[in-house]
Amino acid sequence: MTVGIYDNAMKRRDFLKRGLGAGVAAGAVFVLGDFTQLFAGLPSSPALPFDMVAVKGGEPEVMFDQAIAAMGGMGAFVKKGQKVVVKPNIGWDVTPDRGGNTNPKLVKRIIEHCLRAGAGEVTVFDNPCDTWDKCYANSGIEQAVKDGGGKIVPGNTESYYQYVKVPLGRKLTEAKVHELILGSDVFINVPILKHHSSSRLTIAMKNLMGVVWDRGYWHRNDLHQCIADYATFRRPDLNVVDAYRVMMKNGPRGVSVYDLTLMKQLLISKDIVAADAAATKIFGKEPHDIGYIRIAEEMKTGTTDLQSLNIKRIIL
Amino acid sequence: MKHGNRLKSVRVALAVLFLAFTMMIFLDFTGVITAALTRPVVFLQFAPSLIKFIRLAGFGSAGFLVVIVLTVLFGRVYCSTVCPAGTFQDVFIYLKRKLSPQHRFRYVKANHMVSVTILLIVTFTMLAGSTLLITLLDPYSNFGRMTAHLVRPVLIGINNLFVAVMGTGHSLFLKPVDLKKISLLPFFFSMIFMGVLLFFSLSRGRQYCNLICPVGILLGYLSRIALFRIRLHKGLCNSCAACLSVCKAGCIDIRNSEVAFSRCVGCFNCLSVCPSGGVDYGLTWRTTTTEKGKTGAESDVDLSKRRFLAVSGALLASLMALAVRGKSPGRMASDTAKVIRGGISEGSPVPVTPPGSLGYDHFTAACTACHLCVTACPTQVLQPSLFDYGLLGLMQPRMDYMTNYCNYECTLCTAVCPTGAILPLTSEEKKLTQLGKSRFIKEECIVYTKKTACGACSERCPTKAVNMVPYENALTIPEVNNEICIGCGACQYACPIDPKAIVVDANRVHLKAQPPKEGKEVKKIDYKEEFPF
Repeated sequence: MTVGIYDNAMKRRDFLKRGLGAGVAAGAVFVLGDFTQLFAGLPSSPALPFDMVAVKGGEPEVMFDQAIAAMGGMGAFVKKGQKVVVKPNIGWDVTPDRGGNTNPKLVKRIIEHCLRAGAGEVTVFDNPCDTWDKCYANSGIEQAVKDGGGKIVPGNTESYYQYVKVPLGRKLTEAKVHELILGSDVFINVPILKHHSSSRLTIAMKNLMGVVWDRGYWHRNDLHQCIADYATFRRPDLNVVDAYRVMMKNGPRGVSVYDLTLMKQLLISKDIVAADAAATKIFGKEPHDIGYIRIAEEMKTGTTDLQSLNIKRIIL
Repeated sequence: MKHGNRLKSVRVALAVLFLAFTMMIFLDFTGVITAALTRPVVFLQFAPSLIKFIRLAGFGSAGFLVVIVLTVLFGRVYCSTVCPAGTFQDVFIYLKRKLSPQHRFRYVKANHMVSVTILLIVTFTMLAGSTLLITLLDPYSNFGRMTAHLVRPVLIGINNLFVAVMGTGHSLFLKPVDLKKISLLPFFFSMIFMGVLLFFSLSRGRQYCNLICPVGILLGYLSRIALFRIRLHKGLCNSCAACLSVCKAGCIDIRNSEVAFSRCVGCFNCLSVCPSGGVDYGLTWRTTTTEKGKTGAESDVDLSKRRFLAVSGALLASLMALAVRGKSPGRMASDTAKVIRGGISEGSPVPVTPPGSLGYDHFTAACTACHLCVTACPTQVLQPSLFDYGLLGLMQPRMDYMTNYCNYECTLCTAVCPTGAILPLTSEEKKLTQLGKSRFIKEECIVYTKKTACGACSERCPTKAVNMVPYENALTIPEVNNEICIGCGACQYACPIDPKAIVVDANRVHLKAQPPKEGKEVKKIDYKEEFPF
């Protein structure tokens, strides 16, 4: 099976090379608005549906095009007129080259796919750590969302957050969650893979800390357990892990660009635990060494057994 | 008359402009008004500019010199144009006259005892290194606080209501603002000051400006030698008192055909109402010298000249003394501090002062608590203090790490401060300015007490001065490296427990931090390699 997949990758590479090169081709086709042409070039996948798609070696938006196509297109997740909320990591007042926030190009491309699939509205927000409006602006995400046709909305006042119960939670049994998460039809979680001084790694589950109001409670009451608890509440319909620029140390904020490794990878999965497990492997750690991943699997939120999953691996 | 009307129109236009801009820089909560726009607005404000000049002696701080020149040429035109508190009063006086047109101002006798005493005490306390009386009496600083604490919260409330009505799906053009704290002391002080100001202006016109305002009093003495002045012409004046009835300063003495020009605030109302051309504004140096010793008010003139000399002498002396002090603020100021600030001794905790303020002594000796930095601060970490700086530092802003922390990239407060209490810093300088040092209190830390992971402090640290190091059972615990700590307060703010397990202790004098440790290159991987799963 592995061989087949790499064969596919080769064919695709050839296909793209024949054109103008991956980025240009994808970009140009996108601008022209003809999706079918781009996706027509992709081999039909007999193994659908995949549990996860892993892409490597391209620009963020190109990798996403490949990944979502392999998942059956955004239409498999977003139906006409649905409200979509996209939750990137916009936690820090740093520029895109610092890898502190989700790559704006990726965010933009996801919005475009959603709108293309007929989404009625695509909103984007985070509850940042640093000053929220500076994070929005300097991360490049505010502009990217506007360019992509989405709406970026604030998450900076408590009035946006509604009280909910977390029935499956052990330590975290209640929370105040942003109304957009509660009111949207489709929830797309777009974390960036980073080293993290509190939770060791921040990926998909940790990214959900940005949809609640009182994070201090999590820190006070067994952080790993709370992260795993919250992941039982409203599981994202899709997790897209940005591992393009990966902060290997000094996370989650980073001190300089030298904290980064240019990994050029992207993961996409409906299983938030599997996404975290695969990203942990990419980072060079073992999933079971990360407290909240181990607990989440134990709580049956998802699996870290990547062998048992149907994964499509694409190397561009 | 036409000439008078024109002067009044120009005055009104300038006053409205200055008032509007001054209000805008304090009210702006959207960040659209940049420091570059703010600086010209505050440049001419007398008291802040004078203090800044003493501290810095730079051209950028010479606004008060412009005001002095203007005053010596044209009288106290400052008080009816540039001064926001002056125009604020004029607005209410205007409204009052609209509502009760029969209202007449009366001639007010000078009270030199009060005004000279106030001026001397203010000069003396400034000489001694305290800005307290400027904080309490300066019209600009008071106006700033009134705008910041009485008007701004209301405006933010309206904004938030608007955003709430429009819904979250709206664009970011209107942003909800989370006002983290309302400071009660500046609020009540501003209420009281506004009450006093309204009482004076509605009952006695501009008497605050002539009796209490140190800037008004000082400029009043300077205006005694003004080239252009308001004058009554005995021949043309028919003593109808139309001019006096509109004179907010109450400085026209019809009986003696005299204008107490030192108390004239330069509003030119008198010129615009005189039916006979009996009031005139013009070059009068020559006339005053020839009239010397003739009129009944003659002794007043002589006295005032002597006073003028004494006052300007005192001012000059204090300027020189303070200029010397300004060059070595550290040593001189701390000497003064020992004498004056009885409550706070060397070595005891002091509040963290904003970046660019050099430290406790420089900051407290120059800040007049106008709170422009407080309103400019995008994180709201700058908050007015109560008595944290002692009584003499009433309401001076401090870094409040329980409210928020200082944004690593931001230098806004350093760019807007009109008094030089906070000096400009580049982003690079700011990132190496150590306001204080982090202190980790292990016994309070969650990792120690609950044996569960945390690291909220280290998470937010922009330099990784707070780093997580191995602890029991695969846990990590904070460790502080104060060589690279800049005292931004991120760790203290983020610490989720009460009492905090990590706090910032102020540096009495700000220090230079070492740059954070950086790697040398961005690593790349082989993209053709297979996935590790």
